[in-house]
Amino acid sequence: MSDKTMTADEVVSRLRSGMTLGIGGWGSRRKPMALVRALLRSDVTDLTIVSYGGPDVGMLAAAGRIRKLVAAFVTLDSIPLEPHYRAAREVGAFELMEVDEAMFMWGLRAAANRLPFLPVRAGIGSDVVRVNPGLRTVTSPYDDRETFVAMPALGMDAALVHLNRADRLGNGQCLGPDPYFDDLFCEAADTAYVSCERIVETAELTKDAPPQSLLVKRHTVTGVVEAPGGAHFTSCAPDYGRDEALQREYATTPWPEFAARYLGGGPHDRDPE
Amino acid sequence: MTVTRAEYCVIACAEAWRGDGEVLASPMGLIPSVGARLARRTFSPDLLMTDGEALLVGVDGTVEGWLPYRRHLALVTGGRRHVMMGASQIDRYGNQNISCIGDWARPKRQLLGVRGAPVNTLNNPTSYWVPRHSRRVFVETVDMVCGVGYDHADGAPYHRIPRVVSDLGVFDFATPDHSMRLASVHPGVTLAQVREATGFDLVVPDEVPYTREPTERELRLIREVIDPQNARSREVGA
Repeated sequence: MSDKTMTADEVVSRLRSGMTLGIGGWGSRRKPMALVRALLRSDVTDLTIVSYGGPDVGMLAAAGRIRKLVAAFVTLDSIPLEPHYRAAREVGAFELMEVDEAMFMWGLRAAANRLPFLPVRAGIGSDVVRVNPGLRTVTSPYDDRETFVAMPALGMDAALVHLNRADRLGNGQCLGPDPYFDDLFCEAADTAYVSCERIVETAELTKDAPPQSLLVKRHTVTGVVEAPGGAHFTSCAPDYGRDEALQREYATTPWPEFAARYLGGGPHDRDPE
Repeated sequence: MTVTRAEYCVIACAEAWRGDGEVLASPMGLIPSVGARLARRTFSPDLLMTDGEALLVGVDGTVEGWLPYRRHLALVTGGRRHVMMGASQIDRYGNQNISCIGDWARPKRQLLGVRGAPVNTLNNPTSYWVPRHSRRVFVETVDMVCGVGYDHADGAPYHRIPRVVSDLGVFDFATPDHSMRLASVHPGVTLAQVREATGFDLVVPDEVPYTREPTERELRLIREVIDPQNARSREVGA
């Protein structure tokens, strides 16, 4: 069986400008920040980003890498409004497909199931339909005749997710209380890259944790990156919580200055242990 | 002891969950959260609540269930939930906006995004909490319909907006055309104040009651057990 381990830069070397990238996690929670930082160091741009948005979206927006965003929100959780995302939206920096949280999930499920769409009782009556003129509805063929949004599949060229543990084959483990939608991102994308706090032997995955914690299966994974602290400054329960001080610094510092510190060889330009 | 405005707001929020039975109470914001916890400790003991993350917890914090986001979204569509959301704008039919101010294509102020407002409003009862009642919030027309109002719901089978609570009073949609009605004012608030702070013509009945007084036990629970640090007074002043 093949060893899929690689570095974050090797992951990014497989990505191309113009691709559709899914980013796992949720808001400022368990985001694959080491992979996002590697992406920011590269010249990959013109991206369509699919994300339950947090600082991943904010940073890529600040760096001008986004052509189109698919999202239900962008937030830093403890700081409700993402400053760089706001600034980018207020100058019309990229195209936006704004959908509801549940619509987003059903879009991932449709892609994971190779369906063109799934019906959702959300969006009807709201301006989500107005601002996405491409959205279509579907009427129940049964007696109720209810009309639903036909949420299109959110397929992706690549997904980036961060988990607590993984083995070299790509079996990924979530030890925190919420898996978010990382397995769905991996299933819905053509390729998927899992960074993790620690790569362990396969047998070690279930030594002290139940099999239900094995969230991501290897047949959906292309590459595995060992990145201790790889979600920092977002949270990665139970390994660590959010670094609120650095997040505040991120939210209040002009991007070029913060980027120099965060990406340009400063103290945060490596993944803290 | 004098009851503060914040405490009337807590009571008004708690009342949203009266009679709801065994459903998930999803309060967003501090005062709704104090209200939901008060309701569970008093007149609505069967409510389910989360720790704000992925766990369902009892009154004493005992974990009684697992509710990660994916299960949460399924619970929403199952309808056994009553959420109280915030609103950056709300109009006379209960359309709510938390996405952006101004033209969506290039907003004057980008806010959160639609979040789960569309799925919430079409699937489970959705109430709202507004800590500072003003014409900037209670508007003639919202800039982006996130939460669906009665004039947009078009007979959606599970659409219902039980109430809107602000720092001035309680509002509902119990009118023939479902336009917003003043259901009660908090003691110390005048009708003129409410009208002045509302950007559309509110339905005001001939007799407007005051928001009810908290009981002794409720006041003790709010002040000593649920919010002893008085965080509620930072969200709503005296």
